[in-house]
Amino acid sequence: MLITTAQFAIGAVDLAAAFLFLFGLQRMSSPVTAPSGIKVAGVGMAVAVLASFLYVFSVEDAAKPFLVTNISLAVIALVVGGGIAWFAGKRVAMTAMPQMVAIYNGLGGGAAGAIAAVELFGGKYSGLTQLGVTLLGALIGAVSMSGSIIAWAKLDGVLNRPMRFKGQRELNALVLLVTIAVGGTIVFATSMRDFLDISTSGLIYGFLALSLVLGILLTLPIGGADMPVVISIYNAFTGLAVGLEGFVLQNPALMIAGMVVGAAGMLLTLLMAQAMNRSIANVLFSNFGEVSAQKQGAIKGELKPTAAGDAGIAMRYASKVIIIPGYGLAVAQGQQKLYEFVKLLQAGGVNVKFAIHPVAGRMPGQMDVLLAEAGVPYDMIFQLEDINADFATTDVALVIGANDVVNPAARTDRSSPIFGMPILDADKAKQVYVVKRGEGKGYAGIVNSLFYGDNCNMVYGDAQAVLIKMIEAVRGLGLPAAA
Amino acid sequence: MDFSIAMTGFVAIYIFMLAGFAGWVIIGHVPAILHTPLMSGSNFVHGIVVVGGIFALLNASTLQQQAIGFFAVLLGAGNAAGGYAVTDRMLAMFQVSDHRKPKVAHARAHHAKKT
Repeated sequence: MLITTAQFAIGAVDLAAAFLFLFGLQRMSSPVTAPSGIKVAGVGMAVAVLASFLYVFSVEDAAKPFLVTNISLAVIALVVGGGIAWFAGKRVAMTAMPQMVAIYNGLGGGAAGAIAAVELFGGKYSGLTQLGVTLLGALIGAVSMSGSIIAWAKLDGVLNRPMRFKGQRELNALVLLVTIAVGGTIVFATSMRDFLDISTSGLIYGFLALSLVLGILLTLPIGGADMPVVISIYNAFTGLAVGLEGFVLQNPALMIAGMVVGAAGMLLTLLMAQAMNRSIANVLFSNFGEVSAQKQGAIKGELKPTAAGDAGIAMRYASKVIIIPGYGLAVAQGQQKLYEFVKLLQAGGVNVKFAIHPVAGRMPGQMDVLLAEAGVPYDMIFQLEDINADFATTDVALVIGANDVVNPAARTDRSSPIFGMPILDADKAKQVYVVKRGEGKGYAGIVNSLFYGDNCNMVYGDAQAVLIKMIEAVRGLGLPAAA
Repeated sequence: MDFSIAMTGFVAIYIFMLAGFAGWVIIGHVPAILHTPLMSGSNFVHGIVVVGGIFALLNASTLQQQAIGFFAVLLGAGNAAGGYAVTDRMLAMFQVSDHRKPKVAHARAHHAKKT
């Protein structure tokens, strides 16, 4: 009776949790409802975790003597793991968000892999199909874990250059094949266990170790600029691994949540690859960033530096300004000063908008978050397809810490590595100011012909310092604010 | 009445198919401005793996299974708690211009007073 009641309670709560996840994610589709969306999903998670302790009423006989220890271990793990991650998440800087998401994702992949390991070592799967699914989940989860850790290291700057060597792809393919072969051997040995006495324990260790190595090898050669796509793929991978382990554990909440995230992650990855006009295979295997040291077409014109104050004053007298922020702005911690400058312009009656490229920042949408953190209302922020037509009627385009996403070569130069990538048409504005630390190239290592245009002036310096000068210059005008 | 759940063969595949479709459609509607919170939000959702970890740990009957199960719950809890913390923080930052939504403006003024 107690077992049936517990079973019913777990089933009902997990059903509710699955609904709350879907409902919460659905509410995240608009900035207005999104904050409540995550809270809805959070409630689902909390009740599902609490209800999972009802499993104590239906544990296997072999585990009954360990029940008290196991419950204590579970509580300790929840408090320690959850507590550390919670405080880290509350303290992390918004600029470091991509690394943090990579870590959390790696944790999820590792958890899925570990669950698979318990099932494999304990022989708890029923039948060969379940064994196969367990192994697949272990492989994907482990790849996601070790790959996410490498992605974290790259985003955090611990590993700052792609590691590439000859025959790398062949080695990766070989490791994958060997891993699959070991998995196949485990299935075979298990199917024969009535006739042969083979211990699969060593094989399982080998399989898990190979999967972890595979995740490292796959991620090492990919450049730092492509890490957002990689995190997104691993996010989908972890979802998939969780879904597969959910099948093994016969838990529909895990199956649904995992598969929803798997599909969502795949879609997000595709959208990102589209924004860069590249295929996912190209991101993963093309060694992007090496080819771009090629010959550059001769660019006419010259760089024309101007003073920050002059640029600021010109914007104050403009009627329409579009600002294109990039990751350089975040590196200089200039978002607050930028919004202060924008408010000054707005007080003078200037129409100011922000234009965000889909891959601005180190993960898609990160620039939006960084601006939101500085207090910029989201109805001032426009995405590429919504604002590109406006540049032709814009007086000043202010490019600040962005480079490749405004390079007209993407439209015109077939030999350019970024040819075909949708860009923000800043060059079509009457006047362009580019705030940049120096004459260096962007992440893709390509010369930007926008900077050499007749309508473009360069403002050299740290973004924050430049903005302070602009604010001072506009204040110095002593103009009254518009009514 | 039997409340146990058995998902084998096609039933499991149906669940996977429908869930995958739901994820695809729901995420397809999310504007690019929310892509970062969305990625971390979906990252949070797969933190449900912690429930599987608890199940595995409660049913552990050897030291090896206990150790790996403990590891699973530890990592899963980190995934869920961390994913929630960062997503909630990010989403709380999104605000509209004062003149359009007076209610939000009020909330912000209140927040400014606190800080």
